[in-house]
Amino acid sequence: MISASERGGQEVVGAARIEGPIVVVEGVTGIGYDEMAEVVDRQGRIRRGRVLEVGERFAVVEVFAGTTGLTIADTSVRFVGEPMRIPVSSEMLGRIVDGLGEPIDGGPAPLAEHWADVNGQPINPTARVYPRDTIQTGISALDGMNTLVLGQKLPIFSGSGLPHDRLAAQIVRQATLTHTGDASYAKRFAIVFAAMGIKHDVAAFFRESFTAGGAISRVAMFLNLADDPPIERLVTPHTALTLAEFLAFERDMHVLVILTDMTNYCEALRQLSNIRGEVPSRKGYPGYLYSNLAMVYERTGRVKGSRGSITQIPILTMPNDDITHPVPDLTGYITEGQIVLSREMFQRGIYPPIAVLPSLSRLMKDSIGPEHTRADHASLAAQLYAAYAHVQDVRSLASVIGEEELATADQAYLRFGRAFEQEFVGQGPEESRTIEQTLDIGWRALSILPRDELTRVSEAEINEHYGEH
Amino acid sequence: MSVLIGHVVWVNGPVVRARGSEHVGLLEVVEVGDEHLVAEVIGLEGDVITLQVYEETSGLRPGAPVFGTGLPLSVELGPGLVQSIFDGIQRPLPVLEMRSGTFLAKGIEATALYRKSKWSFTPQIESGTDVRPGQLLGAVPETPAIDHRVLVPPGIVGRLTWVAPAGEYTIEEPIAHVENGSGTTVLTMLQRWPVRRPRPYHHRLPPTEMLVTGQRVLDTFFPLAKGGAAAIPGGFGAGKTVTQHQIAKWSDADVIVYVGCGERGNEMTDVLREFPHLTDPHTNRPLMERTILIANTSNMPVAAREASIYTGITLAEYYRDMGYDVALMADSTSRWAEALREISGRLEEMPAEEGYPAYLAARLAEFYERAGRVVTLNQETTGSVTIIGAVSPQGADFSEPVTQHTTRFIRCFWALDKALASARHFPAINWLDSYSEYVDEVVPWWQDRGHGEWHRLRAHALEILQRESRLQQVVKLVGPDALPDDQRLVLETARLLREGFLQQNALDEIDSFTTIEKQIRMLSIILRFHDRAAAIVAKGCPVVIVRRLPVVNTLLRMKTSVPNSQVDLIGEIERSLDEEMDELESDYS
Ligand SMILES: Nc1ncnc2c1ncn2[C@@H]1O[C@H](COP(=O)(O)OP(=O)(O)OP(=O)(O)O)[C@@H](O)[C@H]1O
Ligand SMILES: [Mg+2]
Repeated sequence: MISASERGGQEVVGAARIEGPIVVVEGVTGIGYDEMAEVVDRQGRIRRGRVLEVGERFAVVEVFAGTTGLTIADTSVRFVGEPMRIPVSSEMLGRIVDGLGEPIDGGPAPLAEHWADVNGQPINPTARVYPRDTIQTGISALDGMNTLVLGQKLPIFSGSGLPHDRLAAQIVRQATLTHTGDASYAKRFAIVFAAMGIKHDVAAFFRESFTAGGAISRVAMFLNLADDPPIERLVTPHTALTLAEFLAFERDMHVLVILTDMTNYCEALRQLSNIRGEVPSRKGYPGYLYSNLAMVYERTGRVKGSRGSITQIPILTMPNDDITHPVPDLTGYITEGQIVLSREMFQRGIYPPIAVLPSLSRLMKDSIGPEHTRADHASLAAQLYAAYAHVQDVRSLASVIGEEELATADQAYLRFGRAFEQEFVGQGPEESRTIEQTLDIGWRALSILPRDELTRVSEAEINEHYGEH
Repeated sequence: MSVLIGHVVWVNGPVVRARGSEHVGLLEVVEVGDEHLVAEVIGLEGDVITLQVYEETSGLRPGAPVFGTGLPLSVELGPGLVQSIFDGIQRPLPVLEMRSGTFLAKGIEATALYRKSKWSFTPQIESGTDVRPGQLLGAVPETPAIDHRVLVPPGIVGRLTWVAPAGEYTIEEPIAHVENGSGTTVLTMLQRWPVRRPRPYHHRLPPTEMLVTGQRVLDTFFPLAKGGAAAIPGGFGAGKTVTQHQIAKWSDADVIVYVGCGERGNEMTDVLREFPHLTDPHTNRPLMERTILIANTSNMPVAAREASIYTGITLAEYYRDMGYDVALMADSTSRWAEALREISGRLEEMPAEEGYPAYLAARLAEFYERAGRVVTLNQETTGSVTIIGAVSPQGADFSEPVTQHTTRFIRCFWALDKALASARHFPAINWLDSYSEYVDEVVPWWQDRGHGEWHRLRAHALEILQRESRLQQVVKLVGPDALPDDQRLVLETARLLREGFLQQNALDEIDSFTTIEKQIRMLSIILRFHDRAAAIVAKGCPVVIVRRLPVVNTLLRMKTSVPNSQVDLIGEIERSLDEEMDELESDYS
């Protein structure tokens, strides 16, 4: 890092107030809002921080590593004179860094190709290219019904103990571009992995999975683990995305970004907000949580003049499996759909336990069909949705009046429901299906239903695919 | 023009305090720092000036200069607005892209309207005429779809002493002189208007004209009138944006103002990509030729998001004053309310519910009150602004403050339902929870178009749907087979209504838009099915037999199989309906 003194910043000795992760200093003038600071303790160790508020004679600094051990008298703060920037370069692929971007794998600091502001800047909507290239993940519940698109932000809404990590790793391992898109995808593929407050074994799981898939040299890992300072994780997704933007838009790479766990990020934000005495909105989260999350999630997509892309798969655990909790709720309002995992399906042994009905890919509509996947894809997906939605009603009826009492068509729905969950949604953690295979399995399940129940697919499609498999 | 008025003393995100001149006005636009960040004065106390800054304040320091402009936050009005895309404070995004590339940098100045374009002005008035506000001076073909009418601005009265001859002019060149007691006013095609002040009109008219959206559940069941206001609340993924896009595409408004307020970047890109290639069914011109876009996405500065709504509505009023029917979509008003909350929080104002400031309701009221059908200042022209506001309630809980306050100021409520959306019933507008208070007012409109039966058909269909929902409660407990056949028929007809009429696929070329004519034909044939089937069922025919008639499948598919231009095909379906029913009836008599 460039130290404060080289940039001619200001330095104050002594803090006016220390509270939680915050240090307030007085007697400084002309400090910039959002500027970087270095907080030096009695032993001369440096902790990095950022300015949250400035007045004529004071500055409020959040200290990423926390303030434990800092004293009023012996703490000094140097202001760097500019917002936080990190060095970025292609060399960061294959490396492990902390939540602030400093190497922790024992290797040397990567040579900076560029110093980039971690806040980034919003992409001008007119400079965006609408994402349309389908990614084949090999997972039917995604490819068939919630297609992932290159440049999309598609989170996984999970719950504690559910196999979201395994699913994310499987997506990373199996992702390829379908017919469209360009052939050099595999060569220009990179992964940026950002961990916020997750356990060591989860990080290790991902590292092993990347290694086993042979991708580790294309992965940059930003790790802020459960026992790392919480405030640091407020920066982690931003540093990771700063690298992703460099790789995608300066180096034409297709970058898949995994952010896990966004719930920990939001909790750190809540903690900071509460300490600062801000007016809360729901469940103690600050009113600006939406805007703050947007600063993370919107750093995704494709832009004119670059052949690269950023695809984001944030993972978050829903407290109490509650999808209306502010973290999943505000995320869903920003991202381009969501993949929801179901505890109930998990308990029934279905992997991946994707709850198809509340899941959604908003970019699917323009990325499937004859030019992208197959002509019957859209109507098949619609039919599967409609039929599976009806299965839910039939199941609750069956639980009241008994299966035998159901009309014949409804009994067929129950069979369809089971086949759909077991054979279409359910698959092996190592199994990768082509889109064709996925769609054919879909038709096979639908063929359990009487023909005249299928009103979302055309007559011609029925004639072509019904009952054939 | 800008003069030093003070210096920054405090920075907290988009909220900044400065100390300096006591001659600065509330709501005056100022520029902050060496980068001249655009800001607005939102509070004055002694020599302390509180500002909301429309750009990112990262790096801003106490001591930085603040410059006054003496003007309130205003928009530029004139030819060139249509087909443009602006940010929340009316900076043209394509120009910003030229200046700063892919990413939006701060401190970039760009006028809303391009100064060098020449527009072909044709005067429509003789010099020597006494003129008053709203009077037509001349016209400019702004796009092939929109004739831009240059009017005498509000507040200008006098004698027209000169009007420019037909010719090509820039928006800054004089096109008319108006003389009165206090001197001569030189008029150009470029005018300005402060966004927070509604543009004046002469008087309001009742909203009796339908805004035809081509969306069956809206037009037939919950109609919106031109000059009216509607809210479309719903949880994430319920279909607010798709519905708003559908209205922007297919409604019979003359001008569309689409405000992307704190939403996704890609959604604006989608509009930019799609609209130039879609044809307005009413004018056969590309949709972009009637559209103005305002994009202040979720990650763009929050204060400019607050302003974007006002920028949009002011542009809408400007075209209303020319005599156009303008429809404004605001997606999402909740993000705007959150912007208010964020600014208010940083000012440490006393919050009301869920952290929102106590003035939330007042702000919402002011906004929705700017909808209306009016006679303009010239006392002859009528025009309208219709507002359709998306609401994004946290946790899809309609009892939250923004939804609740909004319902007080709108008359049309299109309630999106998460359960319908996850069952992929689109548009997921719940037919039991939604309402329109314009129903009675637009009855004559339907009558004038030869559809006097609309009101009756609508009531009948709604009644069937309501009965269905009550019957479903019973079905949940005992199964459908336990119901008597006349009730099972209600379920069957309701299914036809839900799947064959209410569900409308925005992505299907034919289904995306349905003319009024086709809507009426579809509805009446479904109800005819019901009436005929009821008679047959009464004679002892089981519903399962009726359900298996081939026409049922045809009815479910007519939304996609019958193009708007060939509604007579429904006549043929009607014939086969009658034939099949006749046959069945003869079996049971
Ligand atoms: N009329 C429709 N026809 C077909 N699909 C639809 C329709 N309405 C909604 N959808 C589907 O639902 C998805 C979500 O809709 P939309 O983006 O409008 O939700 P939203 O309410 O705006 O969500 P958010 O609040 O998160 O922005 C769309 O991507 C599309 O797949
Ligand atoms: Mg939306």
